[in-house]
Amino acid sequence: MTANIIETNSDPFKTAEVDPVTLDIIENALRNARMEMDATVFRTAMSPGIREQGDAFPLIADRNGKMIVGQFGSFIDGFLNAYQGDIEEGDIIWLSDPYTCEGAVSHCNDWLILLPIYQSGRLIAWASHFGHQTDIGGKVPGSLPTDAVSIFEEGIRIPPVKIYKKGVYQDDIVNLVIHQTRVPAWCRADLEAIIASCRMAERRVGEMCERFGDDVIVAACDQLLARNHRAMKHLIKTMVKEEKLTFTDYVCDDGRGHGPYKIHCTMWREGDRVVLDFEGTDPQAEGSINFYLNENMFKMFFGIYMIMVFDPQILFNDGFYDLVDVRIPEGSLLKPKFPAALSCRTHALGRIFDILGGLLGQRQPEFLNAAGFSSSPHLMFSGFDKSGEWFQLFQIGFGGIPGRPFGDGPDGHSLWPGFTNIPNEFLECYFPMRIEKYESIADSGGAGFFRGGNGIHMTYCFLEEGMISIHDDRWFTYPWGVNGGTPGRRSEKILERADGSREILPSKCDNIRVRDGDLLHYITWGGGGWGDPLDREAALVVLEVSRGLVSCEGAARYGVVLDKAGALDQAATEKLRKKMRKARGEVPVFDFGPDIDTLRKSCESETGLPAPQQPVWNR
Amino acid sequence: MTYRLGVDVGGTFTDLLMIDEGSGLTLRTKVLSTPEDPSIAVIEGAKKLCEQAQVSPSEIRQFLHGTTVATNAMLEGKGARVGLVVTEGHRQVLQIARSFVPGGLAGWIIWPKPEPMAALECTIEAKERMDANGETVRPLDRDALVESLEVFKREKVEAITICLMNSYVSDAHERQVAEVCSEVYPDLPVSVSAHILPEMYEYERALTTVANSAVRPIVSGYVANLRSQLKSWGMDGKLNLLRSDGGLMSADKAEQAPVNLLMSGPAGGVAGALWVAKNSGHESILTIDMGGTSTDVALIENGQPRLRRETTVGDLTVRASSLDIRTVGAGGGSIAHVPELTRALRVGPASAGAVPGPAAYGKGGDQPTVTDANVVLGYLPESLLGGEMSLDRKGAETAVQSIADGLDIGLMEAAAGIIDIVNENMVGALRLVSVQQGYDPRDFALMGFGGAGPLHANALGRLMGSWPVIIPPSPGVLCAYGDATTRMRIENARSYNQRFDRSNDAELVEILAAMGKQAALDLEEEGVPMEDQEIQFEADVRYVGQGFEVPLPILFEDFKAGIGLGKLEKTFDEEHKKLFTFIMEVPHELVNLRAVALGKPADVAAVKIEAGNGNPSAAKLRDHTLFMDGHEQDAVIYERSKLRAGDKIVGPAIFVEMDSTTLVLSGHVAEIDRMGNVLITPA
Repeated sequence: MTANIIETNSDPFKTAEVDPVTLDIIENALRNARMEMDATVFRTAMSPGIREQGDAFPLIADRNGKMIVGQFGSFIDGFLNAYQGDIEEGDIIWLSDPYTCEGAVSHCNDWLILLPIYQSGRLIAWASHFGHQTDIGGKVPGSLPTDAVSIFEEGIRIPPVKIYKKGVYQDDIVNLVIHQTRVPAWCRADLEAIIASCRMAERRVGEMCERFGDDVIVAACDQLLARNHRAMKHLIKTMVKEEKLTFTDYVCDDGRGHGPYKIHCTMWREGDRVVLDFEGTDPQAEGSINFYLNENMFKMFFGIYMIMVFDPQILFNDGFYDLVDVRIPEGSLLKPKFPAALSCRTHALGRIFDILGGLLGQRQPEFLNAAGFSSSPHLMFSGFDKSGEWFQLFQIGFGGIPGRPFGDGPDGHSLWPGFTNIPNEFLECYFPMRIEKYESIADSGGAGFFRGGNGIHMTYCFLEEGMISIHDDRWFTYPWGVNGGTPGRRSEKILERADGSREILPSKCDNIRVRDGDLLHYITWGGGGWGDPLDREAALVVLEVSRGLVSCEGAARYGVVLDKAGALDQAATEKLRKKMRKARGEVPVFDFGPDIDTLRKSCESETGLPAPQQPVWNR
Repeated sequence: MTYRLGVDVGGTFTDLLMIDEGSGLTLRTKVLSTPEDPSIAVIEGAKKLCEQAQVSPSEIRQFLHGTTVATNAMLEGKGARVGLVVTEGHRQVLQIARSFVPGGLAGWIIWPKPEPMAALECTIEAKERMDANGETVRPLDRDALVESLEVFKREKVEAITICLMNSYVSDAHERQVAEVCSEVYPDLPVSVSAHILPEMYEYERALTTVANSAVRPIVSGYVANLRSQLKSWGMDGKLNLLRSDGGLMSADKAEQAPVNLLMSGPAGGVAGALWVAKNSGHESILTIDMGGTSTDVALIENGQPRLRRETTVGDLTVRASSLDIRTVGAGGGSIAHVPELTRALRVGPASAGAVPGPAAYGKGGDQPTVTDANVVLGYLPESLLGGEMSLDRKGAETAVQSIADGLDIGLMEAAAGIIDIVNENMVGALRLVSVQQGYDPRDFALMGFGGAGPLHANALGRLMGSWPVIIPPSPGVLCAYGDATTRMRIENARSYNQRFDRSNDAELVEILAAMGKQAALDLEEEGVPMEDQEIQFEADVRYVGQGFEVPLPILFEDFKAGIGLGKLEKTFDEEHKKLFTFIMEVPHELVNLRAVALGKPADVAAVKIEAGNGNPSAAKLRDHTLFMDGHEQDAVIYERSKLRAGDKIVGPAIFVEMDSTTLVLSGHVAEIDRMGNVLITPA
């Protein structure tokens, strides 16, 4: 560590016995404290992105910065490695520049707060929280320019600074930063909310120290980490083989006409340790889709996926980190070199999860989930309303959850933890728009024994002139199906002008002017299907037709035939299923849809957009 | 003479309490519940009471009733098949819901996909559109609606819900749709979202209104049955039901808006606790109602239970006011287990229920439960329920031994561990209602009731620092006390959504006056004359841009004096600081307004018990040994009903009575007050 931690009490923590019951009690109390952090932000933040949608991530870590409770894993050691300075009681650190914290946050919109928790003069724990700010200045509203080629175009970068120095609020710094944003009130409130949430954790940890004693808390954290280490060791040993497995997926384009970008990962086990190697991943992009992936964060993603896929009983923390070896090539899409643009990293971040799913389930297809992560579709809409007031919306959309060994994928739900949609009545009350349509799209989920969730068709009717930006992916490659399930449908964006003309908008674009009465059809991807659609209960397919989730024609993908009244035609169904079974032959584990070359050829005719050009690098 | 009769229908017993409205004297009884038709036990018990007191049914002026009919229908998925009418383009409002997937990162992998409460095949669209200002964008197409409504016949819909976009601003289109529905289906009950919940957020409003529709036929059927049975018995007094928010409403009102009954059962407990609290002189208390499968906790501050703007039943959360009662899946029947991989001790939420029940019940259960741990430790002596049921100590030991083996510790340590963990789960809920709302639990007493509450209350008091711990007499009939002693209540709500700086006191005086008048008229219609009414006002406030409001009481007089908004702004800032540690310099927004009309509380005197000389020996049943604080200790078992006012008992001690067992820990003293409450404090 290069950060210098100052403690006024130099007594070392004493070794303490922690009985198993106390250990569980402490773990529960920490988990409750984390929930309270969430609740605090939810109740006090102002930007719809954080408040309504939950784009914020709290954690509590031990004194060494290892996450005990939280969700994205601890990046505190990344910060401690990179920070040159003292850390003292009463300090609170604020930062947003990914290059100053080894990717602890991966674009400058995420404001990260780190609060060292002191007890009797000794550092005993860390509280941390980061949240996506609606706007941090820069060339476009929302600060996620799709065409940026360097981080200097992406708004204000905050290196690690002390927002509180020994308990004293540094309002000059805050004022300086807040001055850069288009939505100062939201940023200020969201920042306050995130700090209040860390303070809440500080208070709770203090109460626990009072109740159990400092030594017990420190010892309990160690034991909780060790407990997780034991469980994961067992899981890795039984579930990961020594032979190498690989998986490849793509980000469709970089917003500048190039693509797709390949993400390639190889997994194998060496003794107790699992290696995840991204060798073979494409070099960094010229545009802003680079994703500075923190190794520890990826370890956590891996750990959580292992747990969720194989044994949801295990509670996760950072204890297993030394069992995972993550290798990311320098200068690649996942470890770009400064000053590469990073703002639109959400697509690669989402795709990482599809890759994990594809890797982990490969050898045990019964545990395999289909693909769903398009990324996190965004819409920005901003301008001045008739009374001259600035409005600015940043909205996150959702698509179809993949078909799973567990069952059908829900329609139009969030793959991200804790996210919710913004109620349409809220949008209509506070922004000049009317939502004419908000429903999932029949047949957009891949067919399967368990159907992929349907994507969402949302139609915005704009009531004022303004600018929009769009961020989405999976418009070119398909969300793949598994074990016989077919891919989900791809995303699309259509602008229907008030004069009746229509244009297809690219998946990633900025500065599109819209006017009163224009309609935007924002259509997201469906999840891939799981298992053989010809085995899906025919009556269920018929029921879903009556629900409008599958169309009559779509039922044919399941080999199901309906009569004119919409009832099941048993005989015709049996016949069709038999025929389809015979015609298709062996069922592959993965169905990616057509290969990249074929996709390029058919791109324009199928999507209305020119195919992305293969990126070229001079290595 | 006139009487009021409070009735609480529980899972095992139906408790009844009759109050002489003149003298305030009470008479109690309990009979076995009749789950197949709860009204049978109600009538049976009422008859029994009337015979005992030689009262004629016609002398009962008010029949007050807490019921779990709506709750159970919801929990057991026995609600009606609901047809839903929504705005064109929004048919999947319940299917998409809020897009939320619980369980954290990758939680979607194992999350079961829920079915919407109104099936998608029973959801139709109305061609119409209202904008956010309440202006019609497109008028309702009646003919198209009539045609679409055909679907409800095919799908055998039993109740109709209407929820259109922006109806919280104007209900004009919803009323038109309701008219058409009533024409096409004159026999189906129609619930209109703007009337059930006139607030922004289409999903929450639709869900709440659908929940209302789903329980409507069942509640109507129950009320009609009860009414006719009472009538044929000769009682023609008023039938009132307890709402989730602790107030009473007429049976007629309940039939229209049964979504307000979802927490009726637990609300009775809190209302009863409130009554005990007032009589015992402790007006700020935390309550713990611990049963077999779950525990309800709540907070009462200065005689006022805290309210929240939503009601949660199982996985369902609807926007209907309720007492802020938090439920945890921790009860006497909660099962302990040790997962193989982590070797952590977990208790609940799975429960052995009544069948097969804890191992100690000897009804075939062999899983270790909280009750078994209590038996092993000696906290629950051999017989429960006043000797009607004896406990299988051996069975309990065998069950708990499996935990001891899993953790590689002794039997007693394992049992104590189970108790510690379950207590901790309840502490989690107690913290939700106290610390997390900005209250210091050390400023509160703690009251334990329900079957298992008195057994755990002392330990919880110690964990929370809440003293004294109060165990009311006959903790089982507390709910019936609540039913009989609470007040009539009616709410008139509207959304306002206006910044303070764009509103003014004069405008609000006008609005509040109208709302207050409407609430008063509604309550008068419920049979409470104006002169017996009290009108209160509430406002939901937030900083502009926030999505979460803080409900605050407001005074009509302040607005008349022109200081209403100013004062409200200050109160809000103080509350925000208390809850979230900071305040902001941004405009305030007044989101919702409510007028609440309340009837008079019943004047019921608490029965005083005989005073003793401080020595409890007359109540002693026998000596006993139990395991506490890591070792075996001598204790004494007392018969609760024989304890006298002023008696002081040093722990460890156990008090037994018909429906519960009280545990006093070592290092604590129990004192009996004049009402027969046990008050436990650290020695």
